[in-house]
Amino acid sequence: MSKLIRPALVMLVLMTAITGVLYPLVTTGLAQVLFPSQANGSLITKDGKTVGSSLIGQSFTESRYFWGRPSVTTPMANNGASSTGSNQGPTNPALTDAVKQRIDALRAADPGNNAPVPVDLVTASGSGLDPEISPAAAQYQMMRVAKARGLDAAQVQKLVTEATSGRQLGMLGESRVNVLQLNLALDALQPH
Amino acid sequence: MTTNDFLQIALYLVVLLLLIKPVGSYMALVFADTPNRVTRFGGGIERVLYRVAGVRQDDDMTWRRYALAMLLFNMTGMLAVYILQRTQQWLPLNPQHFGAVTPDSAINTAISFISNTNWQGYGGESTMSYLTQMLGLAVQNFLSAATGIAVLIAVVRGFTRRSSLSIGNFWVDMTRSTLYILLPFSLILALLLTSQGVVQNFKAYVDVPLTQHITQVEQMKDAAGNVLKDAQGHDVTKESPVDTQTLPMGPAASQIAIKQLGTNGGGFFNANSAHPYENPTPFSNFLEMLAIFLIPGGLCYTFGSMVGDRRQGWAILATMLLIFIPLTIGAVAAEQAGNPALHGLSIDQQASTLQAGGNMEGKETRFGIAASGLFTAITTAASCGAVNNMHDSLTPLGGLVPMWLMQLGEVVFGGVGSGLYGMLAFAVVAVFIAGLMVGRTPEYLGKKIEAHEMKMASLAVLVPCALVVVCTAIAVMVPAGTAAVANPGAHGFSEILYAVSSASNNNGSAFGGISANVPFWNVLLSVCMFFSRFLLAIAMLAMAGSLAAKRHVPPSAGTLPTHTPLFVTLLACVVIVVGALTFLPALALGPIAEFLMSAH
Repeated sequence: MSKLIRPALVMLVLMTAITGVLYPLVTTGLAQVLFPSQANGSLITKDGKTVGSSLIGQSFTESRYFWGRPSVTTPMANNGASSTGSNQGPTNPALTDAVKQRIDALRAADPGNNAPVPVDLVTASGSGLDPEISPAAAQYQMMRVAKARGLDAAQVQKLVTEATSGRQLGMLGESRVNVLQLNLALDALQPH
Repeated sequence: MTTNDFLQIALYLVVLLLLIKPVGSYMALVFADTPNRVTRFGGGIERVLYRVAGVRQDDDMTWRRYALAMLLFNMTGMLAVYILQRTQQWLPLNPQHFGAVTPDSAINTAISFISNTNWQGYGGESTMSYLTQMLGLAVQNFLSAATGIAVLIAVVRGFTRRSSLSIGNFWVDMTRSTLYILLPFSLILALLLTSQGVVQNFKAYVDVPLTQHITQVEQMKDAAGNVLKDAQGHDVTKESPVDTQTLPMGPAASQIAIKQLGTNGGGFFNANSAHPYENPTPFSNFLEMLAIFLIPGGLCYTFGSMVGDRRQGWAILATMLLIFIPLTIGAVAAEQAGNPALHGLSIDQQASTLQAGGNMEGKETRFGIAASGLFTAITTAASCGAVNNMHDSLTPLGGLVPMWLMQLGEVVFGGVGSGLYGMLAFAVVAVFIAGLMVGRTPEYLGKKIEAHEMKMASLAVLVPCALVVVCTAIAVMVPAGTAAVANPGAHGFSEILYAVSSASNNNGSAFGGISANVPFWNVLLSVCMFFSRFLLAIAMLAMAGSLAAKRHVPPSAGTLPTHTPLFVTLLACVVIVVGALTFLPALALGPIAEFLMSAH
């Protein structure tokens, strides 16, 4: 057994140097050269200032903005430093209550719109940081945003289309609308 | 289910099957006894490592020495991960100034990562320094996977060697698995993932201004940490304005690549592969899913190649797919059908060209239903345990699938190496049952299966089963066990059953509502992870030792061929019957009860 202790210790040190130091350093070096924007968080800059990440959702609650997926991170929604989902089970009454409250909030912000709410707009995302909503969820909110901003529906529709990406390779995942990019485009169109 | 749901599953299977042969034959070269173009390429580095470590490359080990070397290496790794977590506050590369991890959580995490489980009681971005993640957790992602491959290769040598006392050299097998397989594959995958938006840097977290300012609501606590209540019994809260968002950073891509390829599954961030920085696009999701099955699937081909009959490898792979495909379709269908509890509300759960529909609680918009359900089945069929959606929020039947896939013993692809040696234990049981039917001594791959082999195979099959059943019973009888539950009713029991099944089969995923970062759960799950991983590996090495010593028996008219559809069906039935008989009663109390209640 004593003959096996030296290899166990030395191999661990050597392998740590290779897989724990060399490998992440080489990966970081290559990533920073090949894909600098992605490797550093896909940050969005406006007038030379960072205003967010196209991959991390922000919270919106005003009528003039498109709202994103509900987020249950604490102490505030869309807390980038503490990702989490609700982990509420399908039959948990708390889930049904939360969904009801979200429907009420959407209805209150948009009186008269009685269409059924797209499910992704009233259910919490897995990460609590989902940057996107379904095209259906964008359609549902379009008139509200247009009205709140005094814009043409067509103008808003154009920006929604620009913020929409289809399935990758025509097949993978789902079509989706990037909420932060859409709202930034709205603000750029109509500075407040 | 929608047409696109089927298309995404089909595309995944086609691409996976196209990769099996190239990857499998490459790995066969890595472990070939004679030097070849692969092992010559890295031979220089290998020799330096062996010289420094005092390893003789031609030192063939008996199964006992092989097992001892494997254990010593893993125990040393466990100690290193434990010490790193307990001292990270004094060590460099800790820009967020995280303190020491508590002892029970640190031991749980150490065992979790050396056993290739990667159960995580902690949240990555709020607990572990970059140094701990790199030198401790990411290193064990490599080494636990390399250990799994090494043990598998030793077990296969049990079948290929004749009248031999040895089954190879652990240090060589482990080193080759790391250098030739895990490292290059990980580097390529890490760069592909970065191209999609996975972060890879050493920066501190970045603060960005919010486009719309929001309010944060904090519960007020007294000095003892209890939530304060007002006269009406409501929580006392404090509201304060928030105008910035903190974006997490770190060397994530390098760690995520190996967490998928090594079927580890431990996330860099708390939300794991649901986090947009860990899995930003449907294509990164596709790559991550492919990476999980790549090595376990390829090893089936390697196995066939090493025993000199590729059909044997394809038969094992066919058995895995025979179990995997129907269960996957079941999981996706259940999620696409939506949550019946929400049917009465004014919401739209129908799939259309504008939305995925279905049960979206805990899921990300970019993945929708198909890419989430498929990931769920893959990560639990293999013992990966990474998640791209919150399993706790799955529908009752959608949650039953991942739970049962783990309980089948993590042999449907399973962990790298460990999945295949687990399946070989089932194959030995299957030929034994067939032998009983026709009254002949069973043989597998030219070796007689006798009492010793049967004992070891039974041990390998029954240890995880026993751990799940016994430890679930303990957890539901102890107040500390049931206190961890987050959801009421049958789903609460499911959380407990899922946690113990995950740990006892070295998967690592969770019904995440469970608050398992407390001493009782940390200790209970440590025991499950440790004994499942190492008892199984030792039993299989013992079987390999005894098989290697045997002579080769040429096949005769009475030998059951083990590459035929008949054997594939028999093997799948054995796996399913053991899994169903052991776990149906427990499943009836959890997901099945919840399904019946929600359908009511």
